[in-house]
Amino acid sequence: MNKIALTIDDQRVEVEPGTTLLEAARQIGIEIPTLCYHPDLSLHGSCRVCVVEDVNTKRLLASCVVEAAEGMVISTRSSHARRARRRNVELLLANHPNDCLSCERNGSCELQEITHKLGVTKEDVERFRGKQRDFPLDERGPALRREPNKCILCGRCVRVCEEVQGLAAVDFAGRGFNSIVTTAFDLPLSEINCASCGQCATVCPTGAITEVREVDAVWRALEDEDKFVVVQTAPAIQASIGEEFGLPAGTVVTGKLVTALRMLGFDGVFSTEFTADLTIIEEGWEFIDRIQGNKRLPIITSCCPGWIKYAEHNYPDLLEHLSTAKSPQQMFSTLAKTYYAERIGVDPEKIYTVSIMPCTAKKFEKNRIEHRDSGFQDTDAVLTTRELADMIKEVGIDLAHLHEEDYDSIMGSLSGAATIFGTTGGVTEAALRTVKELLTGEPLDRLNLGILGNREAEVEIAGRTYRIAMVSGLANAAEVLNQVRAGTCDLDWIEVMACPHGCVGGGGQPLPNSREQKEKRAQALASIDEHKSIRKSHENPAIKKLYEDFLGEPLGGRAHELLHTSYQARPR
Amino acid sequence: MGCPCGHDGSGLERYLQPLQEVLAKYPSEERYLVPILQDAQEAYGYLPQEVLREVAVKLNISFSKVYGVATFYTQFHLQPRGKNVIKVCTGTACHVRGAGEVLKAIEEELGIQSGQTTPDLEFTLETVACIGACGLAPVIMINDDTHGRLTKSSVKTVLEGYKNQSGGGVVA
Ligand code: SF4
Ligand code: SF4
Ligand code: SF4
Ligand code: FES
Repeated sequence: MNKIALTIDDQRVEVEPGTTLLEAARQIGIEIPTLCYHPDLSLHGSCRVCVVEDVNTKRLLASCVVEAAEGMVISTRSSHARRARRRNVELLLANHPNDCLSCERNGSCELQEITHKLGVTKEDVERFRGKQRDFPLDERGPALRREPNKCILCGRCVRVCEEVQGLAAVDFAGRGFNSIVTTAFDLPLSEINCASCGQCATVCPTGAITEVREVDAVWRALEDEDKFVVVQTAPAIQASIGEEFGLPAGTVVTGKLVTALRMLGFDGVFSTEFTADLTIIEEGWEFIDRIQGNKRLPIITSCCPGWIKYAEHNYPDLLEHLSTAKSPQQMFSTLAKTYYAERIGVDPEKIYTVSIMPCTAKKFEKNRIEHRDSGFQDTDAVLTTRELADMIKEVGIDLAHLHEEDYDSIMGSLSGAATIFGTTGGVTEAALRTVKELLTGEPLDRLNLGILGNREAEVEIAGRTYRIAMVSGLANAAEVLNQVRAGTCDLDWIEVMACPHGCVGGGGQPLPNSREQKEKRAQALASIDEHKSIRKSHENPAIKKLYEDFLGEPLGGRAHELLHTSYQARPR
Repeated sequence: MGCPCGHDGSGLERYLQPLQEVLAKYPSEERYLVPILQDAQEAYGYLPQEVLREVAVKLNISFSKVYGVATFYTQFHLQPRGKNVIKVCTGTACHVRGAGEVLKAIEEELGIQSGQTTPDLEFTLETVACIGACGLAPVIMINDDTHGRLTKSSVKTVLEGYKNQSGGGVVA
């Protein structure tokens, strides 16, 4: 198709049809400020901080939604456009708490950044200041906190929750001055049909939706002489936390991360990949058991707590399909307070378990009453990638320049199969490597299953073809689950990850958390896997030893007691 | 989260019976949301939380979305309403002739603000734009009765007429 020619700020530009003015300006290096726009979501065009002037008609156009047209003459910097952009930001601030100093997003807030960029001053804002909104805080937790008074009505959370997660747990309510984005009856997110995935928190430009912070509790534990503080890091962290320290997305910082955690004072430093391997063994055997008994198929993975909460609300009739294997986080914490405590001779009561997760749903999971198999609350605290980065920065450690150390040895060896748990398709690939060998004794070549959205595949093992599906994003999951419910599909195995791209794109990851960053983090995990000498969970020597010394047989007595869980139906 | 009738289980089922009758009249599609809410409000006098939740489940749309629609239209009420609904006109004519004073007097007398309902569910107080009785300004409506040319003190006498009596207005 013919290209479209237009003029932006006196420069001629040629763009593909359908290109917005915002994108066209970017092509020639002009960055127009935006707020309601998000690269991975549908367009909204409501905040109008991106307006530019159509010089011929003198009209202001929202550049994020208006497409370039032949012969247009656009000014992004006319005084008309600049004044309008400023005015629109001033109006937002006029009804905003403006307590940046105590805001969690201080330093990463897009409203703050745009205020600074456009040179808006306190006097400018005071002119418009009138009655302030007064909506209740939602801090009932345990995963997310909402402060609606900070909402600028950009609708990004509404779009991600509806378009990507298919839930619309938050939506616009009220009208006029009383418009707000909130939940039904302002109920806490934890008490409604919300997955706790935190995708809303990663797209929110302000501090209106954030994770419930546990940093202070972790500092207290670290400072408590009586506590033996054990930390686990999820596979996705090593490929993303570097971004918080200025490294490009996808930089692998595993060894530096370990060093930083020791410097913070953690007594035991481990990777969740150890129990990801264990999850594979348990889930793999469970799959084999169901195939042999031809029961409760398809089996659906259970390592993502966002997916679990979603299933409990929306598919209570399918809960029996879920694997009963605990998530790697919960397996690790349970073992830390049993097996590990025994091995190192520490009273489990003194052990305090912290997990570093790319995820806000893990905070919800930690508090579930089901997770007390060690005799204590199995996981004591969950920090997001962002919270850990804050702790490291607080004490002035420059992660990017640290030397590299190894994880502790007892539960320390990890397979490459466990690493790719952090990305969509990874769990399935890891499990199939193990299942195939357990059933046939033959190794499975790399499938390279990881891909966004819905993907189905067929894998042949011992003369039988298995049909598998891997989905990420809950709206995608719903498509497959509706087929299972209707009995119109013939699947054996379904992997579900609540967040698009899986945990690399989790709700606790560094911001920005857009497609570009997620893809790089996923590639980084795949390359770690390729370079590992052990690439199959069942070959991990520490796992073999764990079964020999402590657990017994997979699915057996102690393994069943400590590594498996149950689910509960929740209202829609 | 108890249901407003104070019962659980089968109690809730019974409580939702009038709603089920409303829902039965419409196909379970999102586009019938507004008429369903109108009928439900007719049946319950307002739109309780449990009712909106059930509407969401039956129409297969999110609870928060149903809430969003219910709070967008001023015709819907999410709080129980009083037996007597007082509408104070704040149109230009009434405003000029002391509607503010009258409103304040009512607020003081009933101990509630505009938009609220007394705890005994006797009165709900609202303000409205011009009701077209400017000749009688300042004017209020209580249920279907119009009361005009009010003053701070006369409005109190008017209210007295509605206290502790079941329905039916006293025409001024
Ligand atoms: S946590 Fe996830 S499911 Fe819940 S409101 Fe946010 S985006 Fe929606
Ligand atoms: S909560 Fe955040 S993302 Fe959602 S509409 Fe408000 S400002 Fe936008
Ligand atoms: S995909 Fe990963 S980050 Fe997202 S909710 Fe699930 S476990 Fe958490
Ligand atoms: S960014 Fe264009 S209208 Fe909001």
